[in-house]
Formats: sequence, structure tokens, C-alpha cells
Amino acid sequence: MREETLIPKVGVVTDIRQDTPDVKTFRVVGLDGKKVFEHIPGQCAMLSVPGVGEGMFSITSSPTNTEFMEFSIKKCGCLTSWLHMMEVGQQITIRGPYGNGFPVESALKGKDLLFIAGGIGLAPLRSVINYVRDKKENYGSVHIIYGSRSMDDLVDYKEIIDEWCNDAGVKVDLTIDRPQEGWDGHVGFIPSFVEELSPDLSRTVLICGPPIMIKFTLDGLKKLGFEESQVYTTMELRMKCAIGKCGRCNIGNKYVCKDGPVFRFDQLAELPDEY
Amino acid sequence: MKKISIDRLNELFAAIAASKALYMPVDDGKNGAKYSKWSEGTEYSKAANTKRSAKDFFFPQVEDMAEFNVNGKEIEIIDTREECEEFVVFGVRACDAKSFEILDSVYLVDPVDSYYASRREHGIIMTMACNKPTDTCFCSAFGIDASNPMGDISCWMNDSDLLLSANTEKGQALLDSINILDEADDNAADDTKAAIKAILEKLPLFGLSTEGMKGKTLMEVFNSDKWAELSESCLGCGTCTFVCPTCQCYDIRDYDTGHGVMRYRCWDSCMYSDFTLCAHGNTRTTQLQRFRQRFMHKLVYYPENNGGVFGCVGCGRCLRSCPISMNIVKVMKTLEG
Ligand SMILES: Cc1cc2nc3c(=O)[nH]c(=O)nc-3n(C[C@H](O)[C@H](O)[C@H](O)COP(=O)(O)OP(=O)(O)OC[C@H]3O[C@@H](n4cnc5c(N)ncnc54)[C@H](O)[C@@H]3O)c2cc1C
Ligand code: SF4
Ligand code: SF4
Ligand code: FES
Repeated sequence: MREETLIPKVGVVTDIRQDTPDVKTFRVVGLDGKKVFEHIPGQCAMLSVPGVGEGMFSITSSPTNTEFMEFSIKKCGCLTSWLHMMEVGQQITIRGPYGNGFPVESALKGKDLLFIAGGIGLAPLRSVINYVRDKKENYGSVHIIYGSRSMDDLVDYKEIIDEWCNDAGVKVDLTIDRPQEGWDGHVGFIPSFVEELSPDLSRTVLICGPPIMIKFTLDGLKKLGFEESQVYTTMELRMKCAIGKCGRCNIGNKYVCKDGPVFRFDQLAELPDEY
Repeated sequence: MKKISIDRLNELFAAIAASKALYMPVDDGKNGAKYSKWSEGTEYSKAANTKRSAKDFFFPQVEDMAEFNVNGKEIEIIDTREECEEFVVFGVRACDAKSFEILDSVYLVDPVDSYYASRREHGIIMTMACNKPTDTCFCSAFGIDASNPMGDISCWMNDSDLLLSANTEKGQALLDSINILDEADDNAADDTKAAIKAILEKLPLFGLSTEGMKGKTLMEVFNSDKWAELSESCLGCGTCTFVCPTCQCYDIRDYDTGHGVMRYRCWDSCMYSDFTLCAHGNTRTTQLQRFRQRFMHKLVYYPENNGGVFGCVGCGRCLRSCPISMNIVKVMKTLEG
């Protein structure tokens, strides 16, 4: 019988980290203890709990991690609540990798990069950030602007502080929406923070976050002088098959699961704004 | 070309059914026809076409995909796929035969859909030229010739004979295996073809043009101000998508079998409001958007991705079944106007 991508494989959860009140990060390996498949930063996998549902999640770990894959998952419904109740050792199903991923080996090579993330939107970008940090010689400098509702809602806070902030060639700027005790960093929304920081116009930009944040940030970047063709984002639409067949995730004639989820804004500008 | 007297059709059906499951249109008692499995006594229907399309043979309305046994923290995945039976579908019309090509370019491109592919590999399509095309037929708008249908074997029926001609190796092998067929001249079907062509040219929708989409960009058609009036009365019932031979959308769901979990897929419809509902909201909140999606897909998106081939075969099913009499013909005419 032919291989069938719609039939998943078994994945084992080997570690669970509570990142924020509603985000947990899960480590997943196959039954043999190894990575289930290789991926490109920005690609996703379909995870499921049989009888509960299946959902698309960004692979947040970098492909340079040879031992396991990680998923940062926000609790927002049926499947994600179930995933949040899991204990270490729980098996789930996994299939992938899906989507195009970021052009780390082509368009992004040799470039100075600017990452802008809001909330759980850091998940797909973290894969690129750690990939680029592990292959420094291939990329220019890295500037990361990351914000969340509050200090407690910053995903991967420990890794950001312990690793990214101590990495020469990586500049990190954090912000939270409202003042909070114990926070002496920047307070304010991401779009205005980006405008204040007025990043280098030569950078290639990768944005991910809630649609409204992406919209206002893009407007701000354009005001600063960035071109749409310099800015990449990753889209989130309802998905079922993840292979461009079930007809669910299209934006115009593009299927986000297959032709995306990574798009440049000049590509999106030629498509209907149904996202 | 081969032939057999129409008095001996039952012998032909019996010969095919001896080695393969044979399906054909049969009167449904409600002025239409439906595909049924042939057995001794089954009457082949003379209806213009079946109410449901023939896509069920390859893309059934519901099908199981895989089973899961959940035991504590452990999951066992059971591949429930089975090699599909050898089968023949007799009496498929030209439009429906073309619809399989349209589904092929979705399901057979990498990664191949093995469920669909298995049925395609094991199925033989015997088409039948349309002696009685109806007022709702417009296959010719999409370059389909109802007098010369494709499929593995093409058939024509005249007053005395059924004529058969193979188009593929699979079709040839089937014809070769039936020893009650007589030889016929290669032009034996020409009179029938000419007679059908004459009828086709008099159909009310003959000459329906696809100009409404030509020379316009995707965004120009998408932004047309006509969509509002076109979609105004649409109930979002989804009937047009279910009867359509080229509608390909599906949902994947799980059900509890009592001793495990079965994952299955079933047809879905872009006309439904929850089709695109996702964690951060819904990307198509109005019926206008959903209606536009269906017709943009057939008339613009699919052609854009498939070398200009339209995603409609002009079978007319959506014209006959929409409760508010909205349909793709009205959309094409309005977009052109
Ligand atoms: C390309 C892509 C990457 C994603 N990456 C991540 C990630 O890294 N981390 C993360 O936490 N989330 C991610 N998501 C979102 C995640 O898929 C949904 O939050 C999840 O499937 C919701 O499932 P649920 O059963 O918990 O919600 P439900 O109980 O189904 O309900 C919550 C809401 O989510 C909607 N929903 C259901 N299934 C999906 C689906 N497949 N896609 C989108 N919405 C859905 C429902 O319609 C409902 O409105 C991603 C989605 C996509 C398309
Ligand atoms: S859109 Fe209507 S006429 Fe065209 S193939 Fe589908 S059901 Fe037939
Ligand atoms: S166009 Fe007609 S058949 Fe299709 S969803 Fe609307 S009302 Fe139903
Ligand atoms: S999720 Fe099925 S087409 Fe994209």
C-alpha cells in the first residue's frame, strides 16, 4: 500500500514546560526516541489526540536540534485544552512537515534580520531565530522585538533572557502592553514600539502575531520606509488536510498549508484579503 | 470499434459483471436516475444524467481513513485501508468523465491521496454519448463534447446497436476480454455524433461564454461589485456543492466506534459558515464571501492553478437543485455583463 501522509505516526511527549498561564511547550519524539521527521524553520505539523481532534502547530524548535521537536501551544479550545492536560509519557499523533517554511537557505542568507513577534506568534519565529543563531556565519546581525500582554505572557522568557540576550550579534527588545510590578522594561503596544525603535531599513523582517498586530506593525514599517517585499509573515487559517486538497485554507488561488504559511507582503498584496 | 445489438445489452452487462462489480444509472422512480450495482434484471436508465454526480465512486461522501486504539497513555494506529475492488461504471456522461480529470489534478498530485488513487486505479469508466442533453446542460462552454465522451471506453447508442471504442489500455483490456462483441466500422458512430451535435447546438445554454473571466485579473473578478446582488438570496444550504462533480472539499473528523476511534473524512462545503472558523476568528464571515469563494474557485482560482482549465464541467446539477435558482450560469452571465 502507498504511503499516506494523512495517516499520522505516534509521537511521545517527553517534556512539558509551562511557559505562560495559557501556553505550554511540549517536546515530542517518535516511538524510537528520535525525531519523527526533519523540517525547515516555519514549517508545521499536524498533532492530534484521537477522538478529540487534529490541529496545525508550528514546529518551534530549530532543525539544528537533532534530538527532538518542540511545540508551543496556546490553550484556546477543545484539542489544545486536552493537550494542556497531558503528562509526560503521553502519546499523541503527528504528521508533517507541512508548508513552505522561511527561505533560510535562499532569500534570508547573508541578511541582517529583524524579528517582530506578538504573544504566541513567537512560536514559528523561534525556530528561525535559533537556526540563525546556530549558523551565525551565514547571516548578518539579528534584532528581535517581542511583546505580550504582560510579563507572564512572554513565551520562552527564560531562553530569551539566558540565551538570546547574552548572544553577541543578537539585540533583544521586549515590551508588555500595560505597566506591571517587577517590570522595568518597555511598556506599550508592539506597532508603536517598532516605530519608536526605528530599526535599520536594510533589514529583512519576519513578523508573526495576532492579525491586528501584524496589520498595524506592517503599516508602521511602511511609514518608516520598509518595502512590502522585505517583510515576511506566516499565516494562520483553518486547516484540515495540510496538503492543499481539502480546500479549506485558501487565500485566492493559494493554499496556505502548501503554498504558505510563509508569505511576503508583496505576494499577499496581490491576493484577496480574506485572512 | 466494437458493437453489440441493444437487444443483447443484458448479455454484455452479465459478461462485465462476471469479473468486476458493475454500476450504472438506474431510474430512481422520481423522474431521475441514480447509480446502482447491476445484477440480473437491472434496467439501464435512459435519463439524461444521474441526480448525484459520479464522484462518489472515487471520492465517497464519507470514508474511513485510519483507526486508533487508545490505551492509557498509549496509542496504536491501525491502517484500515484495503485494496479496492475492481469495478466498472457504465453510462457516465461526458461532463462527469471530465470531472474526474479535474479531481485528479487535486488528489493525484504529490502527495498523492491514496484513497482516491486506489479507486481510480481499480475503476474503469465507460462513458455514454448524450442522446438527450437537457436545457440545463452547458458542457460545450468548457470545451467538452457530449457527442464524443472520454473515459476508458466511449459508447454510443443508436436504434439498433451499442457502439464501443476504447481510449485507454485499461479500456482496451476490458473490451478484449468480452467475446460477445462484434466488429464495427471506425466511423459507425458518426451519424449518432452528428445527430447529437445538432441537438447540442439548439440547447438554450449553447454558446454560453466564459468571457466574463477572460482578460481580467483575479483581483478584478474578486472585487466585482456584482457579487452582492448575486449572493443576496443564497441560503448557504450547500446543495450546489454536494451535487457538484468537481467540488472537492472535505472535512476530517473522529468518531468513537465503541472499541476505538475511527478517523474519517466527509464532504464539506465552502458555503457553510463554520468552514473557515478558526482560533482567531472567521476569515469569511458573510454569505457574500462564501458564495464568491465557490464561484471564484471554479472560474478563477482553479483555472489559475491548472493551465486555464475551468473547475466546472457544465453538468447543470447546480441549476436544477438550487432552492433559490441561483447558479453558475447566472454568475458567468452577470460577471460578463
Ligand atoms: C499554520 C498554523 C500554525 C499554527 N501554529 C500554532 C502554534 O504554534 N501554537 C498554537 O498554539 N497554535 C497554533 N496554531 C493554531 C492552532 O491550530 C489552533 O489554535 C488549534 O487547532 C485550535 O484547536 P482546538 O481544538 O483547541 O480549538 P477548537 O476547540 O477547535 O476551538 C477553538 C477555535 O479554534 C478553531 N480551530 C479549530 N481547528 C483549527 C485549526 N486547525 N486551525 C485554526 N483554528 C482552528 C475553532 O474553529 C475555534 O474557533 C496554528 C495554526 C495554523 C493554521
Ligand atoms: S458548478 Fe454546477 S454546472 Fe458546474 S460542474 Fe458543478 S454542479 Fe455542474
Ligand atoms: S447557491 Fe443555491 S444551492 Fe448553493 S448554497 Fe446558495 S442557495 Fe444553496
Ligand atoms: S488545509 Fe486542506 S487545503 Fe489547506
